[in-house]
Amino acid sequence: MNTKIYSFIFVMWILMLIGGGLMTLIIGPFSLGNIGNIDPIILSGVKVGIALLLIFVWVLILTKVKNWIFKSQVKS
Amino acid sequence: MEEKIIAAIIVSAIAFFSIYAFTPILIKFLQKRNLMVKDVNKSGNVMIPRPGGISILLGIVASEITLYLFFPISEILAIIITSILGFSVGIIDDKKTMGGWFKPLALAFCAAPILLLGAYDSNLDFPLFGSVKIPSLYLALVVFMIPIMGNTINSIDVLNGIASGVTTIASFALAISLFILQNYEIGIACLCLAFASLAFYKYHKFPSRIFPGDSGAVMFGATYGVIAIVGQVEVIAAVAILPAVINSFLFLSSVKKIVEHREIKNPVKHTDDFKLKSTDENHAPITLVRLLIAKKPLSEKQICNEILKLTAFSGILAVITAFMMGVKI
Repeated sequence: MNTKIYSFIFVMWILMLIGGGLMTLIIGPFSLGNIGNIDPIILSGVKVGIALLLIFVWVLILTKVKNWIFKSQVKS
Repeated sequence: MEEKIIAAIIVSAIAFFSIYAFTPILIKFLQKRNLMVKDVNKSGNVMIPRPGGISILLGIVASEITLYLFFPISEILAIIITSILGFSVGIIDDKKTMGGWFKPLALAFCAAPILLLGAYDSNLDFPLFGSVKIPSLYLALVVFMIPIMGNTINSIDVLNGIASGVTTIASFALAISLFILQNYEIGIACLCLAFASLAFYKYHKFPSRIFPGDSGAVMFGATYGVIAIVGQVEVIAAVAILPAVINSFLFLSSVKKIVEHREIKNPVKHTDDFKLKSTDENHAPITLVRLLIAKKPLSEKQICNEILKLTAFSGILAVITAFMMGVKI
């Protein structure tokens, strides 16, 4: 019946899995080793910045999906 | 293991039967005191007693205290105190409608027992990829988790039986996930929430005989959130409750600010036969209910069933996620 909403949930789940992968494989071990002695707090700040950027992209994708679902539901 | 099974049976029975037996008494008490609100989705002047949070508090706290007698660990103590604090925030909002920022801020303080008791682990576990250690960032996650969960359940409490139904399904999925991950004590604590919400659902389902109010809905969310943290199943908990998360996301991305949900334009209106249909107002927020009725009007019962089916679907995804926790790429 509401296949698109089930797909929306599924897309959110996949995005969460991908986000987890990026967190553990890229952002977690990320370091600026070659650029002198970087303060760990600055490094944490950079990681938080990357995580926030990813959240922004995530929200943008979901907003587009939401608008598409709503418009297509109204049209049909 | 035998002790854990006995504890699980006893605390589940306490959670279920205390609410099952006490709620009718509470309904009569609230009716006598005229503590009732209009059910806006029914034709005529149907008045429903509120808040049922008192009954939920009794069931959850009684069962969790009994569980603490079996397993005196700081994690269960954190669940008990956070649940009581969550209820307190909700009951203030029940008595006097506070501004949009009151609940998130007050609920952030409800996370204090988790931090003070040290009932958390700063590793964030993800399926397939292992865990990531984020000590400072995790403290922020603990503080944010309780307000997010409390408001998420509260925001979806718009139709008969939704808040308790969604909490029941998500809690059972989370309890199964905790058992899969062999975190038995917190799994049993989650069973208390699952059986408590199931018992309350009996009176809250369509047509409702009682509303949980902010005290009940916020307490459901706060308890769910603290279990997710002390059980180290934050990601699984978020997956199990995805329809409610989507509802909050849809709401926030439409309204673009934090407001009390009673302050916004109603995104639905009624047909002549009292079905719900999407409003034509462009500025009304797109919520999960509005998304479900965008195509055609549905009755309140049909919408409730759809949302509970969506929650069951995300509950299955949560259990799959729990199995994936044991797999490393």
